[in-house]
Amino acid sequence: MLPAIILSGLAVGAVYAMIGVTYNVMFSASRVMSFTAGQLGMLGGVLGAAFIGVLGLPALLGFLLTLAACALVGVLTEIIAVRPVLKSLDQHLYVLSTLALALMIQQFVAIEWSTEPQPFPNLFGFQGGGAGDEKFWLPILACAATVLGLEFLYRRTLIGRAFLAIAEDNFAARALGLPERNLRMASYALAGVIGGLAGFASGQLFLAFFANGAMLNFYGFVPVALGGLGNNRGAIIGGLALGVFQQSANFTFGGVFASVAVFSVFIVVLLMAPQGLFGAPAQRRV
Amino acid sequence: MSASSSVAAGRGAPRQASGALWQALPFLGIFAAALILPMVSNDYWTLIATRAAIYWVLVSALNLVVGFAGQLAIGWVAMLTLGAYTTSVLVAGNVMPPVPVFPALGVAALVGGVFGFIVGLPALRLRTFYFAMTTLGFATIVTQVALAWQGVTGGGIGIVGPVLPAPFDTIFGFYLFCLGLAAFCTWISANAAHSRFGRSLVAIRDAEVAAESSGISKPRLLGAVFLFAGAMAGIAGGLFATLQSYISPEAFTFDLSVLFFIAILIGGRGSILGPFIATIVLTWLPEFAAPLVAWSTFLYAALLLAIVLLVPGGIAALLDFRSRRRIEADRTIVPRPELLPEILGGRKASEAITLKDIVLSFGGVRAVDGLDLTIEPGAVHGLIGPNGSGKTTTLNVICGFYRPETGSVTVDGEPLPAAAPQTRAASGIARTFQTPKLIGEASVLQNVMVGGAIRGRGSFVESLLALPRHRQDEAMLRHDALLALRCVGLGALADVRADRLQHSELRFLEIARALMLRPRFLLLDEPAAGLSAEEIRSLGGLIRAISRQGTGVLLVEHHADLIFEICDQVTVLNLGRELAAGTPAEIRAHPEVVSAYLGS
Repeated sequence: MLPAIILSGLAVGAVYAMIGVTYNVMFSASRVMSFTAGQLGMLGGVLGAAFIGVLGLPALLGFLLTLAACALVGVLTEIIAVRPVLKSLDQHLYVLSTLALALMIQQFVAIEWSTEPQPFPNLFGFQGGGAGDEKFWLPILACAATVLGLEFLYRRTLIGRAFLAIAEDNFAARALGLPERNLRMASYALAGVIGGLAGFASGQLFLAFFANGAMLNFYGFVPVALGGLGNNRGAIIGGLALGVFQQSANFTFGGVFASVAVFSVFIVVLLMAPQGLFGAPAQRRV
Repeated sequence: MSASSSVAAGRGAPRQASGALWQALPFLGIFAAALILPMVSNDYWTLIATRAAIYWVLVSALNLVVGFAGQLAIGWVAMLTLGAYTTSVLVAGNVMPPVPVFPALGVAALVGGVFGFIVGLPALRLRTFYFAMTTLGFATIVTQVALAWQGVTGGGIGIVGPVLPAPFDTIFGFYLFCLGLAAFCTWISANAAHSRFGRSLVAIRDAEVAAESSGISKPRLLGAVFLFAGAMAGIAGGLFATLQSYISPEAFTFDLSVLFFIAILIGGRGSILGPFIATIVLTWLPEFAAPLVAWSTFLYAALLLAIVLLVPGGIAALLDFRSRRRIEADRTIVPRPELLPEILGGRKASEAITLKDIVLSFGGVRAVDGLDLTIEPGAVHGLIGPNGSGKTTTLNVICGFYRPETGSVTVDGEPLPAAAPQTRAASGIARTFQTPKLIGEASVLQNVMVGGAIRGRGSFVESLLALPRHRQDEAMLRHDALLALRCVGLGALADVRADRLQHSELRFLEIARALMLRPRFLLLDEPAAGLSAEEIRSLGGLIRAISRQGTGVLLVEHHADLIFEICDQVTVLNLGRELAAGTPAEIRAHPEVVSAYLGS
C-alpha cells in the first residue's frame, strides 16, 4: 500500500512541480504571475488526446504538435495579456488580464472539446493501474527531463544565461544590450512547452478535462508560493512533497479532507512566511 | 470649532444635497423601471430581474472589498454557497428542528460573515495574486465539502430551497422583496463609500503608506468590510436558494464568481453606479440570445480583458463627465496662512520629540549611526546633508516605518512604538512624502479628508445606516478639509480629481492632508523638490506660519536657501552621523559643512 501511495503521490506531485516551474519561468522573465500556467497543463492533456486519440496521429507527431501549440499559447499570453500591462506592474493589472485570458481558454475548451473528462490514449502499452503503469511513470520522467533540461539550458547555453540575467536584473540586462522583449517571448514559449509537457505526460492520470486548468492553477501555485517566487528548486521539492502529502491524506481520510488539509497547510505556511520558505523578504519602499 | 463647523455645514448643505440627489438619479431611474417591469413583461423576465437583484445584494457589498479596497477576492461564490446551504438546511430541518425563513437568513448572514472574515484574513499579509488564489482555493473546497457532506447537504442530489412566507411567496412578491433589499443595499453601500471608511479603503488600495501615516488601521477596516461582504453574500445565498427552489453544488460554479468579480471591474473601481449597471447587463446578457448562454463566461472574460487593456476605469470612467471638464491651466498657489489658527489653534502645548542614539543599518550600510535629535514644538528644524546621509531614514524611524536597532524615539517622555506607523497619527505626528502618495482617482477634497480619518467618532455600522454621528463626522471632515485646502492655497481645486493636478500642487495637497490631523509635529520630506522659486517662497511662508501655531516641523530639504531662511535649528547629517548642529548662521559658517556639502 505505502509504495503505491508514494508512487502516485510522486506522479501527481511531478505534475504540480512542473506547473510550478511554468509559473516561475514566466515570472522570472516578466515579474508576472500568470493564471494561464494551469491552463497550459490542461491544454497539454486535451490537445494530446485530440491529436492522438481523436485524429489518430502518430504519438510522437501528436506530442510535438501539442508542445508547439502550447508554446504558441505561451507566446500569445505574453503578447495579449502581459506586454500591455507591464508598464504599470505596480497596479497588478496582470492578475486580471491573465485571469481573463485563462478563463477564455478554459471556456473555449469546455465548449469546443467537452465538459466531461475524455480518455487519453495509452502510449507505450504499460497499463493496469499497478506500479508499472505508465500513467505514474510518465509524469515523473517528464519532471526529471524538465529539471535536467533546465539545468543544461541555464548553465550551458548562452540563451539560458540571458534568461538568468533578465531574471536577476531586468534593467541591467537591457543596459547590456540584451533583447529583453524577445527573451521574454522565448521564456513564455518555454513556459508553454513545460506546461504542455506536464499536461501531456499526465494525460492518462488526470484525463483530458477542461476543469484541470483551474485545479492545476491552484495546486501548481502552492509549491511556488511555499518555495518562493522564481525559485525552481523550491517548486520541484514543494510540488513533489505536496503530491505525496495529498495522496497520503487522500488514501487515509478521503478526498475532501485531503483538499481541506492542503488548503489549510498552504494558508498557515503563507501567513507565517509570506515570502515562501526559501524566498527572501521584500524591502518596502517609503 | 463645533460652532464654526455647524455654520459651514449649514452653508454647504444645499449644494451637497442637490449633488447627492443628482448622483442618486440614475439609481432611482433604474429602480423605477424595475418596478414597472413585471407589469409590461412576463414572469420569465421578472425572474431574470429577481436574479439580478439578488446578485446585486452580493455585489454591492463585495464592491467595497474589490472595487474600493482593491482586494482581488475572485472566489466570493463560496459565501453565496454557504448562505444558500445554511438557509436551506435550517429551513428544511434535516439536521435540527426546522427554523423559519427569516431567522435562517440571519444565520446565513452570520455564517457568511464569519467565513468572509476568515477568508479575508490572509489579505492582511498576502498580496494580489496570492490572495486571489486563496479565495479561489476556498471556493473549490466549499463546493467539494457540499458534495461530500451528504447527510447535511444532500451531496450531488442537492436539497430543496426555502420558500418565503406570504406575501413574498409569489413570483411578484418575491421580486418585490429582493428589489427592496437591493435598493437598501445600494443605499448602505453608498453610505459606506461616502464615509471615512470608504475613503480609507481607497487609500489602502492606492496609497497604503499614506493611509498608515494617517492612522488608518488596515486590519480593523478590512476585517469590517470582509465581514460585511460575507454577511450580504450569505443573505444573497439564501435568496438565491429560494429563487432556484432546489440547489446542488452544480448551481455554484466558478462562472458565478467570475460574474460577480467581473461586474465590479467592468463597472469601474471605486464606483457604485458602474458595478450596478454592469451587474444588470451581465445578468441579462445571456438571455439576449440563446447561443450566448454557453458562451457567457467566455464573453465576460473577453469583456474583462478588453476593459483592463482599453478602459481601466470601466463604465464609471466612461460616465465620469465631470472629470473631463476643463480646469484653469494657468494656476498659482496662494496659501492663506492667516486661516491656520482655525485649524491648529486651541490645542494644548506638547513637549519635544526626542531621538536618542538611533542606529539602523541596511545590510552592511549604517544608514543612521548613533543619531541624537530633538524636534521642539513651535520651531522649524532643518535636516540637511548629502544624498544617502540618512535624512529620510531618520524620518522613517520617527514615523515608525523602520525599527531602529538601538535607541529610542520619545514624545512627551513616552516612547513611540517601533515599526508601527499607524500609531503615529494618534500621537499627533503627520508627514508628507518625497514622492507624493495620493489617490489619483479621488477628488482633491476627498484626499484631504483621508488625513482626518481617525478624528471621526462614528462606527462602520453607523456609517452604513447614515446615523447622526456619521453625518456629524462627514460635516466636520468636509469643513476642516475645505479649510485646510484654503490654507495651502488649493481651495479652488477641491472638486478636481487629484491626478489632474500639477506636481507642485500635489506637494501642497499633501500638506493640507497632514493638517487634517491638527498635528503637533509635521515632518516634511523634501517638500520643495520640483517647485518653482515663487512656489518655494509660498511654501516657506506656510511652513513658518504652521510652526508659529505651536507645531514642531522637521524639514528634510536640499534647497539651502529655504533651509537658512525659515529654520530655527539645523542639523547636518553625513554618513548617518551628525556633522554639525546649530542655528542657520552657525551652520553657514561651519567649515566642515561648507567643504562637505554647501561648497564655498
